[in-house]
Amino acid sequence: MKQTFTIGIGGAAGQGVATPGDIFAKIFSRRGLHLNAYNAYQSIIRGGHTFLTIRTGPEKVTNMGDRIDLLIPLNQDAMNRHLKLLTRGAACIYNAETIKPGVAEEGVALCPLPVSKLADISRNKVAQNTLAVGAALSMMGIGFQALEQVLTEQFKKKGEAVVAENVGIARAGYEYASANFKPFAWPLPMANNRYAVLSGNIAMAMGGAAAGVKFYCAYPMSPSTGVLHWMASHARKAEIMVRQVEDEIGVVNMAIGASHAGVRSMCATSGGGFALMSEGLGLSAMMETPVVVIDCQRAGPSTGVPTKTEQGDLWQMLGAAFGDYPRAIAAPLDIGDCFKIIPEIFNIADRFQCPGIVLCDLLLSEGRLSVDPKDLDFAPVVDRGELITPMSPIRGSNGDGAYKRYKITDSGISPRAVPGVPGYTHTAASDEHDEDGVLISDEFTNPTKRRAMMEKRMRKVRGIEAAVPPPVLSGPRDADVTLIGWGSTKGVIEEACEILTEQGISANQLQIRWLVPLHGDAILDILKHARHTIIVENNYSGQFARYLRSETSYVPNGYIRKYDGEPFMPHHIVEAVKEQLGGASKISVPTHEILV
Amino acid sequence: MATALVDPKHVTMSDFKGKVDPDWCPGCGDFGVLAAVQKALVDLQIPIHEVVTISGIGCSSNFPGFINTYGMHTLHGRALAVATGVKLANHELTVLVTGGDGDGFGIGGNHFLHTMRRNVDLLYIVMDNQIYGLTTGQTSPTSRVGMKTKSMPFGNIEAPANPISLALAAGATFVARGFSGEQKHLTELIKQGIQHKGFSFLDVFSPCVTYNHDNTYQWFRPRVKKLEEDSAYDSAHWMTAMEKSLLWGDEIPIGKFFERTDLPALHEAEPVLNGSALLQQDPRIPPDIARSFVEELM
Repeated sequence: MKQTFTIGIGGAAGQGVATPGDIFAKIFSRRGLHLNAYNAYQSIIRGGHTFLTIRTGPEKVTNMGDRIDLLIPLNQDAMNRHLKLLTRGAACIYNAETIKPGVAEEGVALCPLPVSKLADISRNKVAQNTLAVGAALSMMGIGFQALEQVLTEQFKKKGEAVVAENVGIARAGYEYASANFKPFAWPLPMANNRYAVLSGNIAMAMGGAAAGVKFYCAYPMSPSTGVLHWMASHARKAEIMVRQVEDEIGVVNMAIGASHAGVRSMCATSGGGFALMSEGLGLSAMMETPVVVIDCQRAGPSTGVPTKTEQGDLWQMLGAAFGDYPRAIAAPLDIGDCFKIIPEIFNIADRFQCPGIVLCDLLLSEGRLSVDPKDLDFAPVVDRGELITPMSPIRGSNGDGAYKRYKITDSGISPRAVPGVPGYTHTAASDEHDEDGVLISDEFTNPTKRRAMMEKRMRKVRGIEAAVPPPVLSGPRDADVTLIGWGSTKGVIEEACEILTEQGISANQLQIRWLVPLHGDAILDILKHARHTIIVENNYSGQFARYLRSETSYVPNGYIRKYDGEPFMPHHIVEAVKEQLGGASKISVPTHEILV
Repeated sequence: MATALVDPKHVTMSDFKGKVDPDWCPGCGDFGVLAAVQKALVDLQIPIHEVVTISGIGCSSNFPGFINTYGMHTLHGRALAVATGVKLANHELTVLVTGGDGDGFGIGGNHFLHTMRRNVDLLYIVMDNQIYGLTTGQTSPTSRVGMKTKSMPFGNIEAPANPISLALAAGATFVARGFSGEQKHLTELIKQGIQHKGFSFLDVFSPCVTYNHDNTYQWFRPRVKKLEEDSAYDSAHWMTAMEKSLLWGDEIPIGKFFERTDLPALHEAEPVLNGSALLQQDPRIPPDIARSFVEELM
C-alpha cells in the first residue's frame, strides 16, 4: 500500500479551518510531496461543522483515503464526531482548556495543548489553530523553518509585528510538542518536485484562459462559483471579459451571443442553473454557434444539498433541450484533467459548431490536488474550425454573395461567418431554416428541407466520434474484477484496485471521460473479456449504468452506488467488491462513516 | 458638370431588402417598422455587414429574416441577452434588437430590466401590439384591462405594464415611443436610437389587424401626440418624462421621452476593452502571464 499521511481538521465554519489547511498544503507541496484535499462543509457562513482532510505522500495522492493520521479538532463537536475514526499510530492535537477528549482507541496519542500558557489568547483568537499547526509539524518531523516562511508570507501584508506574533505562537506549539509529544513513526519525506496546488474550479478557469476564452459569464451557484471568482480576479491580466448575469438563462444566451460574434465563450453552473440553460443549448445546436458550459454537479434534486457532491446530472445532460442535436459531454477524471479538458472540448465545440458540456462535480470543483506545473499547458492546440472572421486571411470557399451559412456538406459542417465580414450577411435562426438561414418554420415549411437540415446537423455526430478517443482499460486484462466508473471517481477506483490486488483479487479499471460520444463498440470490445464487472458511481439510480445499457445493451454483474453527498473512500469500494464477488449482493451502497 | 459617380459603398433601400418577403398579415403594423428601420439605416449609411438584427420569437421576431443584415433569430424572450453578448464581443457592430411585447415584457422581462440598467449600446425596438399574435390571440403584458382575448374571454383583469415608465425607472438612457402609422417620425426616432451611445428603448405601437380589435390604427390616430410638437418639452428632464409616460387616454404621447448622454455604455466601462473590440484581441495568454498564474498556486 502506498505511504500517505492524512490530517483531518474539524470545526465550525468561521473558526478558521481553512487557514491551517492552506498552511499544511503549502508546506507539503513545497516539500515536493503530492497532496489531495477535500473539505466537507455546509451551506452556512458561520457555525455548522466543517471537516477538511488533507492527504499527502511522495506518490500521487488521488483521493482522501481511508485513514486519518492526525486529527485537529478546533471545538468539542469536532472531537466528539471524529476521535473514534482514529486507529493505532494516529494522534489528536487539541486545546486542553476548551475541549475534552472522549475515549480513544488503543495506540492513539492524545496531545493536549495548554493553549493559554503557550500564547496570549486575549490577543490572538486563532492562537489554538496556530499552536496546533506548530505542534503537528514537529510531530511530522518537518523543520520549523518551512512553517516560519509560510507564516511570514501569509501575514506580511499585516506588518512585521503580526508576522512576529504568529511565528512566535507557532514556535511555542512546535517546541512544546518536541518536548512533550511522541513524533509520528513515519516522518514525512522530502522530494525534489514542486507542485501547484489547485481546485478543479481554478483548473477549469485556467483551462479556459489557455483555450483562448475571451468571454466568461455566470450567475453564482455552488459549487461552480470558484470558476467565476478566478475568472473575475484574473480578468485584466488574462484579458478575459467577465460578466455576472441576472440568471442562468441570461448567462447561456449571452455566452452564445459572444460566441456568435466570434470569441470563445464559456460559462459554469450547477444542476439547477443548468436546468435553466437547457433551452439555450438547443439554440446553440440549432444556430450552430458553439458554446462551452461547465456543470459542477451537486446533490439533487431541486436545490438539493448545495455543498455536497454527486454524479446525478448525467441524464439531465443527455436530455438537455428538446429535439435531437449533436453535443459533446466530457467528465474530467481529476483536477489536472479539469484544466486539460477545456481546450479539448472547445476544439470539438468549435469544429462541430455545437454545444460542449463539461460534467464536473463538487468533489473535483472544490477539492484540491497537487499538479505538476508542466501539466498546466497554456499553449494547447487551438482549432477554431471553419470560421470566417474579419481577421481571417482566407475567407472560405463560398463568399461573394453566394454564401450559405447552413450549406449542406458531407461532414455536416458549414463554414461559419461571424457578423462584420462583408459579403457574408445571413440570419442564424432558432427556428428550422434552409441552407440560406431562411426560416422554414412558418409560411415555408417543407418536409424535404427539414429532413435535409436535420440530417446535415446530425452528420456531425460521426465527426465528433472520430475526433474523440475511445476509453482504454487500465490494469491487467484478465483481472478477477473490472471496475467501471466515470469522471471524478477515477482516483478512488484506482486506489481500490491497488488495494484489491494487494489482497489477492486482481482488478482493472475502465474509466469513462467522454460520455458523448460514448464509443459503445469499443467499450463492448473491452468488456467482453471481463470476468466480473461492477459499475461504481456517485448516484442513486446508476445513471451511467442505465446509459451504458441504453447505448450498448450491456448489463454489468453488479453496482456500487453512493448518494449520501460524500465521495467514495477506497475501502467502500474494496469491501463492496469482496461482498459482490462472494455473491452476497449485486448492489452495494456503502455507508459513510465520517459524520459531516 | 461631370457625371455623378455612384459610390460603391453607398447603401440603398434595396441593399437592405431581405431574402424573403415578410409573411405578416396584410396591414400589420410591423411592415411600417421594417420600412422605417431600412430607411434609417440608409439615411445613416451603415454598411449592411456592420449591422446585426437580433430577435426572439413571435410575429415581429421574424424581422431579421426580412432585412439584409447579419441576423439572429433566437429564443423567446432571450434576444437582449444574446445581443448583449454580441455587442460586448464586437462593439463595432450596430446592434438592433427587434421583438414584440410578449417577448420583451413577458417572458423576457428579466433581461429587459437588466439590459437597461447595464446601458448596453443597442437599439431595442418593441413592436407593441398588445396581444400575442403568433399563438393566435392571447392577452399580453400590455393588453388593456377589459380586453377580451382567447385566454381571457371574459376580459383582462390584470393591469397592463407601462413600458415607457418601466424603462425610465430601470435607467434606460434613451426612451422613446413611435407609431407604425407615423413613418417619418418613427424613422427619425430609430436614427436617434441607433446614434445614441447606450441602451435605446423604442416602444412602437404596431397594430395587430387580426387579433387586436381594440387598439387599431383608427383608435391610435386621433390619440397620438408628438412630444416634438411641444417646443417646451425637455427630453433631458427625467421627472417630466416620467409624468408624460403616465398619460394614456385621449392623449397618448409619442416621440422621444428621455435621453441622457453622460453615462458610459457597458462596453465603454468594461475594463478589458481598451480600444479594440474583444474579437480583435489576441486570445493567447503570454508565457510570463501564464507563469504568474501557476506561481500563485505554488
